[in-house]
Amino acid sequence: MPDRTRLIGWLLQSLTGIACLIIVAMVVIIIGNIVIHGAGKLSWEFISQAPRGGMALGGIFPAIFGTAALVILMTIAVIPLGVATAIYMHEYAPRRSRLVYLVRLAIQNLAGVPAIVFGLFGLGFFIEFVGRGIDRAFYGGRLLYGQPAIIWAALTMALLTLPTVVVATEEALRAIPETYREVAYSLGATRWQMIRRVVLPQAVGGILTGGILAISRGSGEVAPVMFTGAAYFLPDLPTRLHNQFMELGYHVYVMTTQSPDVEKTKPILYGTVLVLLLLTFTLNFTAIMIRAQIRKRLRSER
Amino acid sequence: MRSSRLLSPEKTIEGKLLQKFRGAERLTDRLAAVLIKGCAFVAIVALVLIFVFIGKEALPIFTSPEVRTEADLGKLLLPQPERGFVWQPVSERPAYSILPLLAGTLKATIIAVVFAVPLAVAAALFTSEFATPWAREVIKPAIEILAGIPSVVVGFFCLMVLAGWLQSAFGWTYRLNATTAGIGLSLAVIPIVYTVSEDAFSSVPQRFRDGSVAMGASRWQTAWRVVLPGASPGVLAACVLGFGRAIGETMIVLMASGNAAVLSWSASDSIRTFSATIAAELGEVVMGSPHYHVLFFIGAFLFVLTFFINLTGQWWVGRLQKKLRGGS
Repeated sequence: MPDRTRLIGWLLQSLTGIACLIIVAMVVIIIGNIVIHGAGKLSWEFISQAPRGGMALGGIFPAIFGTAALVILMTIAVIPLGVATAIYMHEYAPRRSRLVYLVRLAIQNLAGVPAIVFGLFGLGFFIEFVGRGIDRAFYGGRLLYGQPAIIWAALTMALLTLPTVVVATEEALRAIPETYREVAYSLGATRWQMIRRVVLPQAVGGILTGGILAISRGSGEVAPVMFTGAAYFLPDLPTRLHNQFMELGYHVYVMTTQSPDVEKTKPILYGTVLVLLLLTFTLNFTAIMIRAQIRKRLRSER
Repeated sequence: MRSSRLLSPEKTIEGKLLQKFRGAERLTDRLAAVLIKGCAFVAIVALVLIFVFIGKEALPIFTSPEVRTEADLGKLLLPQPERGFVWQPVSERPAYSILPLLAGTLKATIIAVVFAVPLAVAAALFTSEFATPWAREVIKPAIEILAGIPSVVVGFFCLMVLAGWLQSAFGWTYRLNATTAGIGLSLAVIPIVYTVSEDAFSSVPQRFRDGSVAMGASRWQTAWRVVLPGASPGVLAACVLGFGRAIGETMIVLMASGNAAVLSWSASDSIRTFSATIAAELGEVVMGSPHYHVLFFIGAFLFVLTFFINLTGQWWVGRLQKKLRGGS
């Protein structure tokens, strides 16, 4: 082979390496910038107190509380739904079933729907249709559920995170050896007994992975909750399903774009961003660890 | 259980109990099957509901005479007398031309894709063809981290830090503009393009590479002439899916684009995208007003657009699998 061809090949090969370096560098710069500016702000007071003095003082406890409440409600909705969908596709549906094809298509496309469209849907369906309906039916038209509320934000977010849970659960179901199922049937178990006693316990890891990834996604996403329940400042914590709530991501957005004095609120802002990042990273890291365990098992079974 | 089988099973008390128990189990089994099947429908139902409920609020643009006097399809798309293409929904005489928004969306998306695709595809090629195991251990988690950063945090970074850097580097008039937003968006696009194309590269059978190397090709020639063409439908799918992600992304453009609905060709003008328009205006809009319906119309448009983009992307992924299976 001529030396020139070899040299050009080597150069182009290095270029792809440089592309990797650029991506890694971008990640390091973003994380580094936020950690450097935000680390000084982290303290027990910061995460346990309410904001004071026009958001320039105090902490972000209500936003943390609101985010936690949101993702808990979301998890309650999305886990049973997502796990059942995955179980149907993997355990119940006949092979090459048209329905499974459609469900899979719907899941894939649901994952591609822009977050802001979910926000519109939450407003148009949950608040305007379901919420108003509940108000008319049970509260004599008094406006209670027909307005932005944590329950509607959580349900909107549950739809957004549904694909995450389905995909992770399906992967775990695939990792369960077929023989386990056959043994359960041969002992006379019904399909449901087999699923409850054999499949579900074996799939706990995958379900956990999906749940954690969904929580991580849900706690960082802002667009779907902007019109469905998040508020910039509330004097009280949400205690009822129809209350509004404060959210970390929304807090970051409003403070960044609408603060009257950016320099004054900057430390708090960086602190909030760092808390949000730490939250999502811890969740993601845990999920990746569990998933790695499952994949390892999947490989060793084969 | 054993004793009941020795006797006639139907006649003993235990046998009867057992039968009843069996019956209950069977009932639970049926019930569970129905419930689980019902849950599986939710994804389909949700997708249909999204379409119906957003479409329903967008429909008055075509049907309601009241709304149509202010905003019908002609007023959204065609130049208006004296004003041309203007998006001014809250002025005294509201104008709803969506062309500046379309231009803004396209500008940001194209810049993002142009920036992200070469980087991500090259990085994916490196990871699958040239990287040593330890390099893989660095780049893969880095991509996972990038994918895990909430978009509001990326938007925050663009607004607070990146916009200033880029402005002092290029001397732009507007700190927040199409290029800033596009580069910010590319951070959201890179993980998806990388993941899909890396999948495509690693699904190219090893014996293709072996054959190429056996014929005397270098590693680069193998990657460029064998692996890349082999995985081309997957790379195309990655670009399409990345494009779909960029068009719908909201928080980054909302924070980093300047949000001025300007119709121009310049990449250093401020822009306002479809998604950011919805996010910025839906909070203050009067419910049922023409403005409200126009925002839902934009949402419906975004939904349909991303839907077809994603279908196309998935179709190309399917093509890749078929191609590689056919080749083996």
